[in-house]
Amino acid sequence: MAEVSSDEILGKAYDSKLMKRLLAYVKPYKKYVVLAIVFNILVAGLGPLRPYLTKVAIDENIANSDYDGLIVISILLFGSLIFQASIQYLLTYYTQLMGQKIIYDLRKKLFSHVQRLSLKYFDKTPIGRIVTRVTNDVESLNELFSSGIVMVFSDVFIILWILIFMFVMSWDLSLVTLSVLPALIYGTFLFRKKVREAYRDVRKYLARLNSYMQEHITGMSIVQIFAKEKSEEDRFAKINSDHKDSNVSSIFYYAIFFPSVEILSSLAIALIVWYGGGEVIQKSMSIGVLFAFIQYTEMFFRPIRDLSEKYNIMQTAMASSERIFNILDNDTFVNNPENPRRFNKVEGKIEFQDVSFAYNPDEYVLKNINFTINPGEAVAIVGATGAGKTSIINILTRFYDVPKGKILVDGLNIAEVDKHELRKHISMVLQDVFLFSGTIKSNISLDNEDITEQMVIDAAKTVGAHKFISELPKGYDEQVMEKGATLSVGQKQLISFARALAYNPQILILDEATSSIDTETEILIQKAIEKLLVGRTSIVIAHRLSTVQNADKIIVMHKGEIREVGTHQELLTQKGIYYRLYQLQYKDQEIPKTA
Amino acid sequence: MTGLKSLNKYFFRYRKKLIAGIIFILLSNGFQVYVPLLLRDGIDSLKSTVDYDQILNYALLIMGASVLSGIFRFLIRQTIIVVSREIEFDIRQDFWTHIQRLPLRFFQNNSTGNVMAHATNDVGAVRMFVGPAVMYSIDTITKFIIIIFIISSISWELTVYAILPLPVLSYFIYRLSKKIHHKFTLIQEKFSELTTRAQENFSGIRIIKSYVREQSEIANFMKLSQDYLERNMDKVKIQAFFMPILFLITGLSIIIVIWLGGNKVIDGAITLGELTAFIVYIGLLIWPTIAFGWVTNIIQQASASMNRLSKIWNEKYEIEDSVDTDHTISNIKGSIEFKNVSFKYRPDLPNVLNNLNLKIEKGQTIAIIGHTGVGKTSFINLIPRLYDTTEGEILIDGKNVKEIPLHILRKNIGLVPQETFLFSDSLQNNILYGLEDKNKETVQKVARISRLDKDVESFPKGYETILGERGITLSGGQKQRTCLSRALAIDPSILILDDSFSAVDTNTEEEILTNLKEFMRGRTSIIISHRISTVKDADRIFVIDDGIISEEGTHEELVAKEGIYSEIHFRQLLEEELQELT
Repeated sequence: MAEVSSDEILGKAYDSKLMKRLLAYVKPYKKYVVLAIVFNILVAGLGPLRPYLTKVAIDENIANSDYDGLIVISILLFGSLIFQASIQYLLTYYTQLMGQKIIYDLRKKLFSHVQRLSLKYFDKTPIGRIVTRVTNDVESLNELFSSGIVMVFSDVFIILWILIFMFVMSWDLSLVTLSVLPALIYGTFLFRKKVREAYRDVRKYLARLNSYMQEHITGMSIVQIFAKEKSEEDRFAKINSDHKDSNVSSIFYYAIFFPSVEILSSLAIALIVWYGGGEVIQKSMSIGVLFAFIQYTEMFFRPIRDLSEKYNIMQTAMASSERIFNILDNDTFVNNPENPRRFNKVEGKIEFQDVSFAYNPDEYVLKNINFTINPGEAVAIVGATGAGKTSIINILTRFYDVPKGKILVDGLNIAEVDKHELRKHISMVLQDVFLFSGTIKSNISLDNEDITEQMVIDAAKTVGAHKFISELPKGYDEQVMEKGATLSVGQKQLISFARALAYNPQILILDEATSSIDTETEILIQKAIEKLLVGRTSIVIAHRLSTVQNADKIIVMHKGEIREVGTHQELLTQKGIYYRLYQLQYKDQEIPKTA
Repeated sequence: MTGLKSLNKYFFRYRKKLIAGIIFILLSNGFQVYVPLLLRDGIDSLKSTVDYDQILNYALLIMGASVLSGIFRFLIRQTIIVVSREIEFDIRQDFWTHIQRLPLRFFQNNSTGNVMAHATNDVGAVRMFVGPAVMYSIDTITKFIIIIFIISSISWELTVYAILPLPVLSYFIYRLSKKIHHKFTLIQEKFSELTTRAQENFSGIRIIKSYVREQSEIANFMKLSQDYLERNMDKVKIQAFFMPILFLITGLSIIIVIWLGGNKVIDGAITLGELTAFIVYIGLLIWPTIAFGWVTNIIQQASASMNRLSKIWNEKYEIEDSVDTDHTISNIKGSIEFKNVSFKYRPDLPNVLNNLNLKIEKGQTIAIIGHTGVGKTSFINLIPRLYDTTEGEILIDGKNVKEIPLHILRKNIGLVPQETFLFSDSLQNNILYGLEDKNKETVQKVARISRLDKDVESFPKGYETILGERGITLSGGQKQRTCLSRALAIDPSILILDDSFSAVDTNTEEEILTNLKEFMRGRTSIIISHRISTVKDADRIFVIDDGIISEEGTHEELVAKEGIYSEIHFRQLLEEELQELT
């Protein structure tokens, strides 16, 4: 809930620096803005035109018994109505379209930026927070772009037009009528301010209510185990009633405001009747003017109320944009060298030279690592949890840069080559198989157009996944439900193998899953791994006996250091760390083999 | 609409305020409708009189009527809308009281988000009905009747023509808001797809980076964004009709009045003042007409929400006191017996526990060990009746647990669950959670036993430290020890530890176990663990495998047996050896 509450703190409504950056996104749509302003000027004028036409109808047509003139005025009125309605429609459509396009652009920029951020950023930032930035925060700018900026013009123009019409008809009656305006403006802004404060309370108590419920639904078993239902009920009642009270106090402001506006507009009407009426008696004013003025008083209220609402839109937009720009300003990248060196032909030789590595400064998880893997060799890395196995594969793909030592691939320091080119030669299979929602096919090819359907099928065949995939109702086009819930753990692993194989890399990194699966799938997986390793350099964080037995070399890690190196048999006879690990992790895997 | 009937009891509870509200609506409308009549007389008087005082008089009357109408309008909101908040409060409170008593089964079948949605969105939708919808319905209907009555007395013919467009407006508003609501749902769906995609992308960022798929991921995400944009524009296309149609139809009514009414004025059938009043009345009818279409939608949504709420209301408590409950039981001594107990979570699932028989004497400490997923947690959840057995019975002090009043049973069992759940509250309040009176000495005492006291010394605010996201995050081991303190604080006759030391280092565990031995004198305790070190001193150790007890005995007996227990024992010795290597 802390995330929500920190997101809800609203700051100032206007920040010129932020606004400038935001307006840069409007630039490509200048045409829309110009169009919208022109439309606005038109629409704004048409509304106030009608009371004027009514005045003409009363003073000239009705007063002179001109039936035909009345028809002409009615047609004019209707025409202006149709015209206004059409332009209003277009105006709404295009300003919304502009808003949508701008947030599309912004979202694209933000998402692309996040894609470039290094894993260090993802390690430190809760995923939910990044998601909120890309989704909700961008969304809350929509209102600013679609209605905020353009509609301010609209409201101002409407007010201007009304004033022009009024003053042209009668400047003194205008002044009398407008005498209620200061009270209306003051009242409206005061109301907004009060309501905003009241809503701040409402939001606060709502957040509290929600987090209470969220927490207690999650921990309902604790409530029940300790038989606390009764007292939790009382606590809930307290929070629930705070929420209610805050709402009731906001009702109060509404209850005051709406009737006050009605009274003010009646006051204006009373003033018109009193002052205008006097003028009419003196024959210095026509009844039609009186009539038009009564209608204008009704028209004034909306634009003023809307203008006061803009404050809220601005405030939310500023808060969101600040959070968005914070991400855009974040440059935790793994930088590419300016003039990257290129691989001629990747053979797959890997060398670690005195490599040390730490996620946090001075907490070294790898210390002075030295080893060489020759092209085509299969190397198994073994060790207890926390020995540093995963860190080795993290730095080999340049997810992180190493502070000490060098990693060479085919003789080139990986810090000096393009990280994307490097990664293209390395396929990685992680322990937790991650499937994206989409089809099986797209999960194997990862939507890479260079990988044909035939290559997908071939890869699946090689790893032995083809059989179960073709048995699915839609075969390779079967949808993988949320995180692949319809597939078994073993099947998901086979798909991730096929994925790695389809990319046909020179170097393969495999983090074997520990989870136990049924014997049948286990045999499939063992066979698949054997096939995966053929003809390429591979590093396997091994959890399978068959893998360690078949490896050309086993590297034994312990507490961030390499402690033993050798083949399965060599290491067993040493009776060192490997020997114990073998008994702990691999030994009982012999049973299903003999059985 | 049947769902909304169940709201009647709430309406009845606030009937006085509601009736007052309705009277206020009538009064307010009465005064409001009077204003145009004054306007009519004022304008008409201009033609015949030159009396300034009379005009001033009309102006003052207009003010007076508006002020009175305004005051009642204020009172309407202060009654009806306030009542809607009261009812919202009641419904939410009843909802909470209800779900607190639902069995754990319910919470496993319904996600937290789902239950939350009911408590917020559905209750909110119902409130919209109870407050604004009720207020506007009554307001609209009464205003409509009065105004139609007045204007038709001016000219019924003009009334018919002027009113004609209004039902069309109501209908359009109804249709439009329904369509917009539908489009909005579609947008929400796309939005959540977009969210899911972003979520997946960020979770799978390693795969994406290692296969260099950033560009195609961006393309995919932008494709969704494009769809989202299009769905939004779909809605805009309809929504943009809203204002223009409103203008057109209401404007049409007024034009009809000006044209036909103008003719009538020329003919002398009505006065100019009457025409003015007529136009103002049409203006007064516009908002109620819109509200009518809008309210219809609210009622439909509220009815759907109420149906969803009723579904939860109809959920059975399942585990509660019954006619068999013996209310004379006020205490528990602590002997436990499982008699032919079988258990499964759902009728269509296989048994988790199979015909289990087990006897624990008062004051004994027994331990349960076994691989993950063999039914250890299910076994202990049966004792405080978090679930009831499928077959067989559990006896405590020789009585079936179903006969013991539920709160007596649970108040006497200190359960430390596997998942360390703590509330975002102070450490002290968490420890004393199970107690009604907050006693600081108890906190000190149980924290000492759980070896939490040393850790707390290093917190600046000590036991007042707030936990959770607003405060500090405890380590896994500290959380487990806090949960243990919480269970000890209630002074239980039976203590159950479900793998409660997994994140505590072995030395500290050793100390806690020594402290517990003293505390547990005369109490029954059940300890589940994966670690031999935790269970080895128990009076009796049971190995559960596949829902049955496969081995049983003391540590020495079981080690000698060469079964699952000795296997686990051997591995743990190896692990320790590895850890000690430097």
